[in-house]
Amino acid sequence: MQAALEALLFVSGEPVPAADLARALLAEEHIVEAALRELQERLAEQEGGIQLLRIANGWQLATRPEHEEVIARLGAKAASRLSRPALETLAIIAYRQPITIPEIDAVRGTSASGVIKTLLERRLIVEAGRRPTPGRPALYTTTQDFLHYFAISDLSELPPLETSPTPAPVPAEAVADGRAAVPAED
Amino acid sequence: MTTSLKAGPASLTSKPPEAPGSTLSLHRPVSRHDGSPGVAPHFVTAAFEGPLELLLQLIRANRVEIYNIPIAEITEQYLAALERMEDLDLGVAGEYVLIAATLIEIKSRMLLPQPQLDETDGDAEDPRAELVARLLEYQQFQAPVETLRTWEAERRAIFFREAMDVASDYMLPLAQGEVEVSQLFQALHRLLSDAGVDEAPVTAVTPRKRLSLRMKMMEVVRRLARAGESGVPFSSLFELPCARYEIVLTFLALLELLKLGKARATQLEIHDEILVFAYSRDEIAGVR
Repeated sequence: MQAALEALLFVSGEPVPAADLARALLAEEHIVEAALRELQERLAEQEGGIQLLRIANGWQLATRPEHEEVIARLGAKAASRLSRPALETLAIIAYRQPITIPEIDAVRGTSASGVIKTLLERRLIVEAGRRPTPGRPALYTTTQDFLHYFAISDLSELPPLETSPTPAPVPAEAVADGRAAVPAED
Repeated sequence: MTTSLKAGPASLTSKPPEAPGSTLSLHRPVSRHDGSPGVAPHFVTAAFEGPLELLLQLIRANRVEIYNIPIAEITEQYLAALERMEDLDLGVAGEYVLIAATLIEIKSRMLLPQPQLDETDGDAEDPRAELVARLLEYQQFQAPVETLRTWEAERRAIFFREAMDVASDYMLPLAQGEVEVSQLFQALHRLLSDAGVDEAPVTAVTPRKRLSLRMKMMEVVRRLARAGESGVPFSSLFELPCARYEIVLTFLALLELLKLGKARATQLEIHDEILVFAYSRDEIAGVR
């Protein structure tokens, strides 16, 4: 099973959901999940050139970070880094999605429309419908490419927001991370 | 007091009449008077991402609690920072002025005699409450931004197979066997060039035939229904040679049917012929 999985993942140029792998292997998904984890461990132990990552709701083979320099010398180049306003806007969208530009601007105290354009071009966010309020402002959400860009599997991996007196939507699986700057209430 | 009011929003629109000290000195001490505990903050960054960030930096530099901002001091430092931005010709955007106005308003309201504020539940009456709420909300996202920054750096050290591809070849994940719109588009292009329509003179007179998209859709649906399980190869939907509008119309009809879920297109392998199927027999009966 592991060998077949490795072959499947090698062939795929994008994250493959465990369900799809299970379908190809004619196996139950939980068995495939277990095999994936074993393969992940084995690849990590043998410290080769490749690792198996859980990324963007799927599994994908990637190079190990140690080989960054070598690969860069071969000529592979990564996209330019995101600016601070871009990251800030992206963070707000990630936690508050779907969200409109005016709502983002209200949090940041400054205009985000230029940044939004960049994020849309890089497919990190996408327009997902419109809010049925006057002006019908566009709603934005993060994309699969967002998950892939930060090499995370899903949004629940985002750190929980620090608690504040104003009730803000915090991911359900949020747990206290012990670095709350706000003194505990009550 | 007077100094900070003088540096109010009105003076932000033009150069201050008496620019004190050298124009480019970034490290000019901000609080010029009163022996306040706050150390004059030194900023290396000339530009801020926004007024709230500037405000947060001032609060941090002064080592004060967000809940208990020494408004007079912070206001003065904030205005001084804006002045410096002006000196550097960075241009002070309206959003900075807006927060400046808010600060000045809070400051003046704090000067009015007020009933003794209770430390714990006096928030509602504190003129600073609204600003504090905004700052807290903004601050919430600072830690995640750092996390994203770290993740971004870590992610840049690893490479995926797709990353080696030409950027334009990157396609969004698609279930196996499904056809991407661009593949259909390429197929159309092949077809148009096969038909030689590109070389056709623009002035050519084509006999007018009554044709509508609806009629074409019905025609395609009938053909798909006849083919049944085996499907119809994409290229044989078009009877060459024919006029360009005929090809376009058939293609539009196909797209419309795909959109309506009345047809299905699959391609087993890249560069294979795209096969078009009727979605289901029941559906076909429903088409009129």
